[in-house]
Amino acid sequence: MAELKLSGIGKSFGPVEVLKDIDLHIDTGEFIVFVGPSGCGKSTLLRMIAGLERITAGTLEIDGVRMNDVPPASRGIAMVFQSYALYPHMSVRDNMAFSLKIAGKSRAEIDAAVARAAQTLQLDPYLDRLPKALSGGQRQRVAIGRAIVRDPKVYLFDEPLSNLDAALRVATRIEIAQLAEAMPDSTMIYVTHDQVEAMTLADRIVVLADKGIAQAGPPLELYEKPRSEFVARFIGSPAMNLLPGEVAETGEVTQVRMAAGGGLVAANIPTRPGDKGMAVNVGIRPEDLRPTDGAAHAFAGQVEIVEALGEVTQLHFAPHADGADPVVAKLPGIHTGLRGQTLRMAADPGRVHLFAGGVSLLYR
Amino acid sequence: MQGVAGHKSRLTWAVNLTVLALVVLWLIPTAGLLVSSFRDRDQISATGWWQAPFAVEQTYRMRADAGAAVQEGGQYVIVGNVFDSDGYAGAAGRVTGFGITGRDPAGFAPGAVADLRRGGTVSVQPDGAFRVTAPEDFGRRGPNIYFQAATPPRFSLDNYARVLGADAMGQAFINTLTVTIPATVIPILIAAFAAYALAWMEFPGRGLLIAAVVGLLVVPLQLALVPLLKLHQTVGIGQSFVGIWMAHTGFGLPLAVYLLRNYMAGLPRDIIECAKVDGATDFQVFTRIVLPLSFPALASFAIFQFLWVWNDLLVAKVFLPSSDEAKVMTVKIADDLLGSRGGDWGILAAAAFTSIAVPLLVFFTLQRYLVRGLLAGSVK
Ligand SMILES: Nc1ncnc2c1ncn2[C@@H]1O[C@H](COP(=O)(O)OP(=O)(O)OP(=O)(O)O)[C@@H](O)[C@H]1O
Ligand SMILES: [Mg+2]
Repeated sequence: MAELKLSGIGKSFGPVEVLKDIDLHIDTGEFIVFVGPSGCGKSTLLRMIAGLERITAGTLEIDGVRMNDVPPASRGIAMVFQSYALYPHMSVRDNMAFSLKIAGKSRAEIDAAVARAAQTLQLDPYLDRLPKALSGGQRQRVAIGRAIVRDPKVYLFDEPLSNLDAALRVATRIEIAQLAEAMPDSTMIYVTHDQVEAMTLADRIVVLADKGIAQAGPPLELYEKPRSEFVARFIGSPAMNLLPGEVAETGEVTQVRMAAGGGLVAANIPTRPGDKGMAVNVGIRPEDLRPTDGAAHAFAGQVEIVEALGEVTQLHFAPHADGADPVVAKLPGIHTGLRGQTLRMAADPGRVHLFAGGVSLLYR
Repeated sequence: MQGVAGHKSRLTWAVNLTVLALVVLWLIPTAGLLVSSFRDRDQISATGWWQAPFAVEQTYRMRADAGAAVQEGGQYVIVGNVFDSDGYAGAAGRVTGFGITGRDPAGFAPGAVADLRRGGTVSVQPDGAFRVTAPEDFGRRGPNIYFQAATPPRFSLDNYARVLGADAMGQAFINTLTVTIPATVIPILIAAFAAYALAWMEFPGRGLLIAAVVGLLVVPLQLALVPLLKLHQTVGIGQSFVGIWMAHTGFGLPLAVYLLRNYMAGLPRDIIECAKVDGATDFQVFTRIVLPLSFPALASFAIFQFLWVWNDLLVAKVFLPSSDEAKVMTVKIADDLLGSRGGDWGILAAAAFTSIAVPLLVFFTLQRYLVRGLLAGSVK
């Protein structure tokens, strides 16, 4: 049982405000992933939950108990650091047993807990080695094992996989997912830069930006219904294309006249009659763009770069206006001979997003 | 690429050669001291220590014993062996020349016959056997015989025996240990705690304290000698071992705190925070994590402090009583050996070597803690 309640949490380093007014309710057993641009305060928020950083505003409750002034060890949390932070002079066994020894647990209890964790993480053969004799992946597993033996209510992970190579990252990610599944009562909070980790692991993703929460929700909700242009471009890779336009027809289905020409684009987003003539940004994900022969298209441009990845082909178009981001389209399969051609691209009305003033029209 | 590799190997060579040169430079005097300390006093003054394995040529003087003269066919004859004379100590060597005047002590080759001014002859064989003849009675005194002999190298522990035994150097050695060990251990104990607090605990005025420590680093200790001694006298410690322990502790602390704090502050923050999350108190973090990881810094400071206290003369002179029982080795060497026995090189060498042996031992024992890579595997 571990329910976290963050109310109005804020953090300032002296005069510099890093986070403010964070309200978040995390249920028992939820897997929460914090994402956001570098320096937005993800680690800071995690460290505040851990008790390593003082909370300068608001309250943090774990299971209904105010935790602001409780030392880290008494919060029922365990943290896995990005740098592993193993104790270099202790064997793997002692690394894992450290917290239990400090807590004054009996020998038998400690041995049992360490053995169980080692078994779960397949660390048995390495128990008597020093950390320097382990590979990166093994070290990371020891770091996770050290958290597991404490049987905490809340697990905190700060970019635990960022030091691993691609293959190991996938393997360890799956291990973490299995671990989370095996411990349905443990709440996990996980910071990452990696989209795939966020999308695959999270029950809910929390996007941090601009000192606050830009949006919090299940991964696919963030993908399908981003609240803002920022979230829309942050989730998904390559980032969503944004094309300027003007609302031409309102109703259940909104028609937008593209500023760069090409006629009307339909979007399954309801608008009010008063919205007519409003300047909007039409957001279309690269994977939703497809070539069209029809007159109505969202975008027309010359293909500058073709990236053939096998499963998909990514087309980079010349920017439609000076200073605008180049439009990217992702076509399934292999396409050749597109370089230099001028293509008209369109998208399914259900796949078109509309933003006014940076905010999605869905969330007005 | 070739050029780069060549350049690098040349650099490596330069480094190796420099190190070799430094080692040789340092080893030569040490070896000389060691060798000299085992040599015979006369041999030390006759040849350099690097000639120690070879026989030493020295000239001696003896007087043929007139009482041993016998009459032999109208001549008075004295026979004997130059190596049995009082002027010569040690094992028999080989005569390489002899003479009859001090001006030319080796003018004749062994076996030759030299004519005495008063009439008569002297001859000395290579094995030392001599024969003096004279036409008339020698009177009270026999003639002088000078001879040059090559004596085989002589090594012994006599110098050490004398230094450590008879000359109360043994007591001084014990005294030095009595001063040095607590004066090394106490500052390390205090400084390690202080360094942890200054590196990893938040409290108001921490920065000022660190600045004060750095400031104290540059205060010359001579400045504090007199006031400190007065203080010791006021509080009743006076000149004593407790007094010198405290003095050395005080003089050593700024460097110790500074060195250890800098080292500890460089330990990865994550490890310490992780230990805190694991439930460790500051004291547990200190004893279980920071202290074991700080061995290199502790060892370096221990070596510094040990050497400095061991070799210290000034502080010992000021803070220890001047009686013989309280003299440390440096004082002993400076006062007694250099003063009264300036010429007795054997004793000096033995004393000097005794006093560097322990620091060498300490260095070689502790240097294995001066390892790099203690943090390997901890953080990436
Ligand atoms: N001790 C500190 N003093 C002042 N500012 C700090 C301190 N620690 C962090 N900050 C600032 O707080 C902001 C958030 O830092 P934080 O480490 O939480 O970012 P992050 O989201 O984890 O970034 P990254 O993804 O790069 O790890 C940064 O702008 C950083 O400069
Ligand atoms: Mg971070």
